[in-house]
Amino acid sequence: MIPVATPWFFYVLAGLAVASGLAVITRRNAVHSALALIVTLLSVAGLYLMLYAPFVAGVQIIVYAGGIMVLFLFVIMLVNIDRAAKERQFNRMWPVGLVAAGTLFALFLSAFLKGKGLFPDRMMRLAEASNTQEIANMLYGEAGRMGQYTFAFEIASLLLLVAILGAVIMTKKKI
Amino acid sequence: MLNSFMSYLGSTVTPGEAGNQFWALIYVLIIFTGVSVAVICMNWLERKALAHFQVRLGPMRVGPHGLLQPIADALKLMLKEDIIPAEADQFVFWIAPLIGLLAAFTVYTVIPFGPSQAVSDMNIGILFMLGVSSLGVLGIVVAGWASNSHYPLIGALRSSAQMVSYEVAMGLAVVSAILMTSMNASGTGTLSMIGIVQAQQQQGVWFIFKFFPLGFIAFAIFAIAMVAETNRAPFDLAEAESELTAGFHTEYSGLRWSLFMLAEYAAMIAVSSIAVTLWLGGWMRPFPNLLHAPAWDFIFSLFPGITFGGLAAIAFIGTARMPSHSFFKIQRIGLAVFAALLGFLALLLLVIAVAGRSADASLAARFREGIDYVYWFVLKVAVFMYLFIWYRATWPRYRFDQLMKIGWKVMLPISIGVLMLTAIWALVEPPLWEWMRAHI
Repeated sequence: MIPVATPWFFYVLAGLAVASGLAVITRRNAVHSALALIVTLLSVAGLYLMLYAPFVAGVQIIVYAGGIMVLFLFVIMLVNIDRAAKERQFNRMWPVGLVAAGTLFALFLSAFLKGKGLFPDRMMRLAEASNTQEIANMLYGEAGRMGQYTFAFEIASLLLLVAILGAVIMTKKKI
Repeated sequence: MLNSFMSYLGSTVTPGEAGNQFWALIYVLIIFTGVSVAVICMNWLERKALAHFQVRLGPMRVGPHGLLQPIADALKLMLKEDIIPAEADQFVFWIAPLIGLLAAFTVYTVIPFGPSQAVSDMNIGILFMLGVSSLGVLGIVVAGWASNSHYPLIGALRSSAQMVSYEVAMGLAVVSAILMTSMNASGTGTLSMIGIVQAQQQQGVWFIFKFFPLGFIAFAIFAIAMVAETNRAPFDLAEAESELTAGFHTEYSGLRWSLFMLAEYAAMIAVSSIAVTLWLGGWMRPFPNLLHAPAWDFIFSLFPGITFGGLAAIAFIGTARMPSHSFFKIQRIGLAVFAALLGFLALLLLVIAVAGRSADASLAARFREGIDYVYWFVLKVAVFMYLFIWYRATWPRYRFDQLMKIGWKVMLPISIGVLMLTAIWALVEPPLWEWMRAHI
């Protein structure tokens, strides 16, 4: 069987992600930006597939491309596009953004240059046929052996719950 | 070339698993053609059945009993002028129907028509199906916005709110079915579509009957949510013609509009296949474990032929009952030819059933098996498609606040409750059996 994870696929997907990512921040029209963001998210899902992580790719499509982006579009459609397009696109925060972007780039560069020492030398690769089951073991398995991520996972879900409650409290005047 | 061609016919894996691009392409083409034909049939059946529900005749002029009406419609739509409103967002307007169509047709890669009759069997099959079919709403939302008009925008807003709401209940119902797949010796479930059907075969029960009534409630929630997901009556608020002209596709015409219709019907078939796979045993014939003798296999393999024979008989009765006026002569001949074609198909299927009745690995037996699988799967899906029409004829449209109330305050709590009870039952049942075996 010929592996799909060829460099050709990687460059196409990565290029698509970068190009559409650029389109997200340069388009004046917010709906066009949102559509470009969907393309970015989908090509990132493709990259996950290439890393033999089908479960993460599936969740990426359901949660981000299918759920969150629909809500994004839902909100954007209520905005008056004509007026939004005439407003200045960039505010005075761009030096801060530049610093943040520069720092991130430096981080990536350092990771690229001496990544060999930073990361374990072997990539953990879960068998594709039992990918989902392996992830479940890592999240909920016995504490000593496999389930070293149970605590972090549950804390993250608690955080999300708090965020949901916060949103409800902010929208409701009286509970 | 011919060798590899023949060698695949004898094997029992999906093209995706075998890594065979050629057969994958053939399967994709067959499925695409099949779905398109099914949409044409559905179009005719819907108009005809709706008409009879309302004591009308429905299409009668184009072909005998309006049989050629879908073809005439398709021709008309293709030749019609394709208008893009001047104020519309050209590019987005152009791409919106394609998004819907792509999302609707991509999910067919994982639909299991049989244990090896699928394009590919993914480890994350059901997740992939839910994810990609939820992309379909993007097409609708974007179409409504790009039209730059009031009614489409309201339709798009309604549809996005509706789909996001019902997806939650739908997903939870699906999870409770996936939980049931883990009721085996190893305790590991599966997300693969083929694996889910095989789990039902192994446990000897369709998941709709498992943990009664929990499986049935989860199925009912899915069956309601899938009507809302596909924007069909009584949840078709996105295109409520009494309030919004035609909703999100008001500004669309011609071919682009027909692409929306194609996507809608393809999505209906796709969600029905999820329901069939998860709860109704997928490709399995009735009682595959109870009546598993070769004789029973043979009897059940006669069903495809008998079905087509029945359709042929109906067409022949129609021919005989045609008015004898010379005006109807051509229609009469046409219907007779159609009936003869159906009869020929029935005969062919019966011949295959008889030729492949031995359960060995011969090509005829493999072929007979394949036809059986596809037949039972398609039959179950067809029941759902008829239900879609029936709903539309029976129930009045909901108001939008009622729709939201049902989605969030009724279906969501019930589906969470069913999920919890299923998990508890799945945990408690095996030890309980153990205990009963030991003490009673």
